Amino acid sequence: MDGIVRFENVGLRYGAGAETLADLNFTLFPGSFYFLTGASGAGKTSLLKLLYLSQRPSRGLIRLFGEDAVTMPRERLPGFRRRIGVVFQDFRLVPHLSAFDNIALPLRVAGVREKDLEGPVDEMLEWVGLGDRASARPATLSGGEQQRVAIARAVIGRPEILVADEPTGNVDPEMAIRLLQLFEALNTLGTTIVVATHDIHLLSKVAGAQMMKLEKGMLADPTGSLRHPPLPKAQRN
Amino acid sequence: MFKFFVIPAHDRRLIPEGRLSGPMPWVIAIMIFLTVLAAAAGLALVQAAGNVTDDLSSRATVQIIEANAEVRARQARAVAARLRGLSLVEQVRVLPQKEIDELIEPWLGTQNLGEDIPLPALIDLKLTRTASDSELQSLRSVIQPLAADARVEPSSGYIAPVIALVRSLQWIAFGLVALLALATAAAVIISARATLNTHRETIAVVHLLGGTDHQISRLFQRRIALDALLGGMIGLVGGAAIIWLIAMQLSALGSGLVQSLGLSWLSWLIIALVPILGMFLAMVTARMTVMGALKKKL
Repeated sequence: MDGIVRFENVGLRYGAGAETLADLNFTLFPGSFYFLTGASGAGKTSLLKLLYLSQRPSRGLIRLFGEDAVTMPRERLPGFRRRIGVVFQDFRLVPHLSAFDNIALPLRVAGVREKDLEGPVDEMLEWVGLGDRASARPATLSGGEQQRVAIARAVIGRPEILVADEPTGNVDPEMAIRLLQLFEALNTLGTTIVVATHDIHLLSKVAGAQMMKLEKGMLADPTGSLRHPPLPKAQRN
Repeated sequence: MFKFFVIPAHDRRLIPEGRLSGPMPWVIAIMIFLTVLAAAAGLALVQAAGNVTDDLSSRATVQIIEANAEVRARQARAVAARLRGLSLVEQVRVLPQKEIDELIEPWLGTQNLGEDIPLPALIDLKLTRTASDSELQSLRSVIQPLAADARVEPSSGYIAPVIALVRSLQWIAFGLVALLALATAAAVIISARATLNTHRETIAVVHLLGGTDHQISRLFQRRIALDALLGGMIGLVGGAAIIWLIAMQLSALGSGLVQSLGLSWLSWLIIALVPILGMFLAMVTARMTVMGALKKKL
């Protein structure tokens, strides 16, 4: 099976500093669920930035949806970005838009008609437990509520890849489980999920999830599943 | 062309628009106010120069220089009669002595000097067209046998330095319009960059959600176009009021070149278009600025 994302010898350097990421070689497969772990400063957010096309690598090859994402003209990037949902670590909600408008933003950017987006957005608001806060602005929401709006915004467009940076960092354990269930439900529908987290307890909550571990900008592959081609299942630990 | 005006309200909320809340509409109002005044001055001078040129370029004056008043009067009548028969001459008028006295009154006073100073007889000619040098020479040849010392002076010769001055002022006025357009564009660039900076985070998020440069620049275009239109209308009203006041004062002066200053309906139409042109200038400048800035981002 072809990977939905493939990194070959990818490195990332900010300015003239040392490489933040180095020699990344892995393949992500459609419909899989990945946890990305690592200590603070290991490069998790930088790796996610490469995945959601916020950065281009300093070296190496990234293939995304079968196309070269490194040399892709920037005019083509919006079309690819619409296929990727992102939950940012700092949420990045638009402060002067309501929760409803923030969640509706990806659909509006994609040109979905107003009458076609009200139902899904209301449904998503209900799902993340914010049905009664649709008109609230981010400043009036708690950290956890903001995070749920950010997650709803990331998944509303049914992305082919969902990238989430510490998505459960500000929510209580019960809500964390609900959010993971939402991610699993999306995963069941075929979305590839990549969740960066510190919380190693989450890893056991999703059956079949694979772990990618970053150490000082380099990828450890404890299960061997990320290699290209991946190791046969029998040889993985 | 006007698609940016029909952006849905929810999209417009991405980059909030506050009418008259920022300095931009007021800066544009001042620019358009000055542009309207400069354009009005330029157009009025064009009209004045045109009127004066049209009026005087086809006129000439014949001076009959003769010390003896009786001979002078006889020569003037003979010359006038001869000129009336020429196809180049449309109208001939021998100026009465009273009119000649009035012409020299500012310099020589009101005493009856006609008997002491031999003033030339003057014949005002209206020609069918602007006469060339050779045609003027042939007029002189026709007059010569009737009045040996007669002179033919085209009126355009007297007014040429004034026309040159008017043309210079006119180009200065249009130069000011061009400079003000440049200053407006510069103000729009500064405003667009400031707005881009203010909404940097929102723009980054829209980009990462798959928004295109075109979608983002449309929001800026609309915002700046509306600011420019609003400011432009304020500037136009202010400028038109000043023009009207000046026109009232000029008409009270009521003579000579000043009276030929005025604005035709076409000039008023051009002045009324200044805010619209300002809006398009602002819109195009904003679009170029925003697209240029966005291209530097991934």
